[in-house]
Amino acid sequence: MVKPNNTILEIMSYFGDIFKGIKTLLTGMSVTGKYFMTSHKGAITQQYPDNRDTLKMFDRFRGEVVMPHNEINEHRCTGCQKCELACPNGSIEIIWDRQVDPETGKKKKMIDKHIYHLGMCTMCGLCIEACPTDAILWAQNYENSVYNRSALTKVLNQPGSKLMPGVED
Amino acid sequence: MDTTIKNSNLKSEEYFINMGPQHPATHGVLRLLLTIDGEIIKKVEPDLGYIHRSIEKMCERDSYQQIVHLTDRMDYLSSHINNEAVCLTVENALQIEVPERVKVIRTIIGELTRIASHCLWWGVMGMDVGALTTYFYGFRDREMINDIFEETCGARLTMNYNLPGGLMFDIHPNFVKRTKDFIAHFKTKLSEYDTLLTGNIIFQKRMKGVGILTKEDAISYGASGPVGRGSGYSCDVRKYHPYSALDKVTFNESLKTDGDSFARYQVRIQEMWESMAIIEQLIDNIPEGDYQTATNAVIKLPKGEFYQKVETARGELGVYIVSTGTKNPYRLKFRSPGFSNLSLLNHIAVGGKIGDLVATMATLDLVIPDIDR
Repeated sequence: MVKPNNTILEIMSYFGDIFKGIKTLLTGMSVTGKYFMTSHKGAITQQYPDNRDTLKMFDRFRGEVVMPHNEINEHRCTGCQKCELACPNGSIEIIWDRQVDPETGKKKKMIDKHIYHLGMCTMCGLCIEACPTDAILWAQNYENSVYNRSALTKVLNQPGSKLMPGVED
Repeated sequence: MDTTIKNSNLKSEEYFINMGPQHPATHGVLRLLLTIDGEIIKKVEPDLGYIHRSIEKMCERDSYQQIVHLTDRMDYLSSHINNEAVCLTVENALQIEVPERVKVIRTIIGELTRIASHCLWWGVMGMDVGALTTYFYGFRDREMINDIFEETCGARLTMNYNLPGGLMFDIHPNFVKRTKDFIAHFKTKLSEYDTLLTGNIIFQKRMKGVGILTKEDAISYGASGPVGRGSGYSCDVRKYHPYSALDKVTFNESLKTDGDSFARYQVRIQEMWESMAIIEQLIDNIPEGDYQTATNAVIKLPKGEFYQKVETARGELGVYIVSTGTKNPYRLKFRSPGFSNLSLLNHIAVGGKIGDLVATMATLDLVIPDIDR
């Protein structure tokens, strides 16, 4: 036998819970409702493919490693291979040769190809940290997907480029 | 109301079910082998190894500078703190004193990382119990921190901003202003978190009295971080073994004694307030000075064993290096917080329902790459 007194208490607490539930729901909805009404301002989402022209990444953003060249096709890489050594996963390969420097007539280490595997790169930045001549830098390029994986292997020095005079490591 | 059928011929049997490795509620490639009777859980067996990348073995191959970037990939939500842990171990072994500026910057970014991690956790935890709105609110506030990181460190998640001996580069000129803006913004938002979710009666019924972990069990299972502190086990490494600039700041260790899911939830919310207090104490007076101390290009640790622990967003991360005096560690072991916290899942989930298992797991805040490494 259930005492009638208990039943009333049970019913009361049952309905009490429902009202409490509705009250807390409304409290929560006051927050969401506020954002619903003011959703036009303060949105942090970006309309990505549409804002391509105006989207600018931060200066330090690590997109990919590049080797800047000046107007007369000269770079600053001496071929010291410090970046190759610093790289944790072998993303950088340098093919070099000793060539005769036309100015001094001495044999000097020259890069033939500075190969960069973007597909293997983890963007840790140790190569750029290690470079003594600031020959390689970060580019802020963020659209790196290609149809063929071989397109991710890049030769950073342009064809026919030379070492900038006066750059020593 | 009791709806179970009593005194009838209907029988239920124990059966076995796989949850994961591609289950959306396990947040990663975690496979749980569940033995259940109806909806009641009899046994939970985690099966690991789906995202094992042998980071510890790779560390034996790498130089000490290169190890740092691998730790980003363990607990990716507190990557800066992981980096810091390795750097502190190497610095202690070499007995380098890093500049005050480095210490303060590391602490500020570490606390920002903690807030970002807890923001994500809060959003995902709400989603796990059925409140989808929290997901967007948590990510909205985390986005501001990610922008700060992107501007200063160059990356949003795997920041790799530390090097043994200091930082990769100085903070961005906008860093202080952006951080202050964020703190001002987040103070108004964090109280909204409470209004939206903490006070909600449905949420409280899902959380209170579920997944109870006693203090004794927390200690014996090696729980750390908010999971341990939700059970009243005072285990904040920042308090007991302060590193970087944490000895200069005052903050309260958030502690709850209930030990249920709701206590762990409250600890994390409280921790976000404390992290903001730490940042506020440091942000106005970042000391001038170098952002790096000169180290050798090839770092060789003296022969011996070195250990350093830090408090990540999930708990205590230990880095143990055995060095034979060469440029690579002989052995490197990470004591990850997620592994111990996962091991107690069976203990707290048995006897509950499947739905509660999802909610309980959300309060443990597991990051699977941290467990598997």
